[in-house]
Amino acid sequence: MKLIEFKNVSKVYKNGVTALADVSVTINKGEFVFVIGLTASGKSTFIKMLYREEKPTKGNVFVGGLNVGKIRNGKVYKLRRKIGIVFQDFKLLPKLTVYENVAFALECVGMKEKDIRPKVMNALERVGLKSKIRSFPGELSGGEQQRVCIARAIVNEPKILICDEPTGNLDPETSEEIMKVINNINKDLGTTIIMATHDKDIVNRMQKRVLLIEQGVLAGDYAKGSYKAHEAD
Amino acid sequence: MKPIRIIIRSFRDAFKSVVRNFSLSFASIMCTTITLILVAVAIVSAANISNATKLIEDELSIIVYLEKETSEEKIENIKTDIESQSNVEKIVYKSKDEWKHELEDYDDTFDTVLNYLEDNPLLETFVVKTKELNKMEDTANYIKSISGVKTVKYGEGSIDTLVTVFDIVQKVVVIVVIALILVTAFLISNTIKLTIFSRKSEIEIMRLVGGSNIAIRLPFLIEGFIIGIIGSIIPICVTIYGYVILYSQLNGRLFTNLIMLIKPYNFVFQVSGVLVIIGGLVGMYGSLKAVRKYLKI
Repeated sequence: MKLIEFKNVSKVYKNGVTALADVSVTINKGEFVFVIGLTASGKSTFIKMLYREEKPTKGNVFVGGLNVGKIRNGKVYKLRRKIGIVFQDFKLLPKLTVYENVAFALECVGMKEKDIRPKVMNALERVGLKSKIRSFPGELSGGEQQRVCIARAIVNEPKILICDEPTGNLDPETSEEIMKVINNINKDLGTTIIMATHDKDIVNRMQKRVLLIEQGVLAGDYAKGSYKAHEAD
Repeated sequence: MKPIRIIIRSFRDAFKSVVRNFSLSFASIMCTTITLILVAVAIVSAANISNATKLIEDELSIIVYLEKETSEEKIENIKTDIESQSNVEKIVYKSKDEWKHELEDYDDTFDTVLNYLEDNPLLETFVVKTKELNKMEDTANYIKSISGVKTVKYGEGSIDTLVTVFDIVQKVVVIVVIALILVTAFLISNTIKLTIFSRKSEIEIMRLVGGSNIAIRLPFLIEGFIIGIIGSIIPICVTIYGYVILYSQLNGRLFTNLIMLIKPYNFVFQVSGVLVIIGGLVGMYGSLKAVRKYLKI
């Protein structure tokens, strides 16, 4: 079942830079896809289009049946409620506790207080942070903060989890833990995962489908287990 | 149920963030306070000047003295003639006996002198009220030209100029009030912008986790409202106490009996109401304007 579809998508920024040129790709429900490429390859633009931080200049992007480029600014929340986003810089609110940060995502949606609690606890248990609900982000390590960010992204039970360089700021061991958490979400909940990264070790070890973007073009679409990163060195 | 929950949460969040970001909220509140005090002063002056102008204008009328021995028929004719003038609002016949009684009441000397004379030496008159003060002179001149009219008398020159000056001052004050309100809006919205700028990331995250624009705006809207209302407390106190004290110190008049101040009760409350409304609205406007910028992500 198609969940995400890029149809001849191009993106030209106002300053004339072409970030993506005629990209077409489909991603099915439950897949785990890495998006790799060098800095400024268009990888970030690709990811940002999934949650409509950028709109395509040409072509259409469909996410969960919604035409992303056609959503008005005031209706973007409809798309964002279907997806969870994990950021490289975590984007946690420093004045809220771990629990409040995760609950924030549900409060924004207007959920009942008594429904929020079990969902938040559930999400925090999944990322292994149940013991730290009263801590503030500043008191946590980078890996723990990223796990809070993942918990916030999955608390709404989205169909798609978008991870934009989630291990970019973390050391290899912590990255390993984070990948385990993300992989489990994919396996246990059937959440479709799209993850941008330039960590070759992770890509090599995980053996998942890989989309390689080079200079704005989809240079390769490697099926599960057929990609080895050494050639890109 | 869902909208109500969002509203309740917005109130909670708004109060929370006024308290949590107290130093910035305080700056916004002080800014509101200072500008609203200026607005209050301007409104009070404007209202008083317009009130005084009106009172003086009401009192100004043309007195038409008729020739002695004018027949009743002729008096009636003169009355219709004057009434046909477009600038005439009201015309009242005032007989010489009425004048006599009035003068007698006014001063004992008149009483003695008038009673000494056998005949009433005064003239029959009309008291004419005009619609527009500026055209009073023209009207008076016209009435003077009617046959049977001996002379006319109207507002002394000094009062005339006073009214003109008041007219100008009144217009200037109205402009000042409007300008002050605009400046207040600008200042408050800028200060609130600073408050909200510090919470840019919060708005961003709300957008990214799927908060609708209304749900994002509402807490900020309420926060701006709260800041505006709190900011109007001191100006209201200044208005109420200040004006009441001023009124009693001046015995309700300014310089002369001509310029009467507006009675403080009800008036101060009306001004307070206006201040609260300005504070609240401007606060909300400021925060809406500030949030809009960050809703594009």
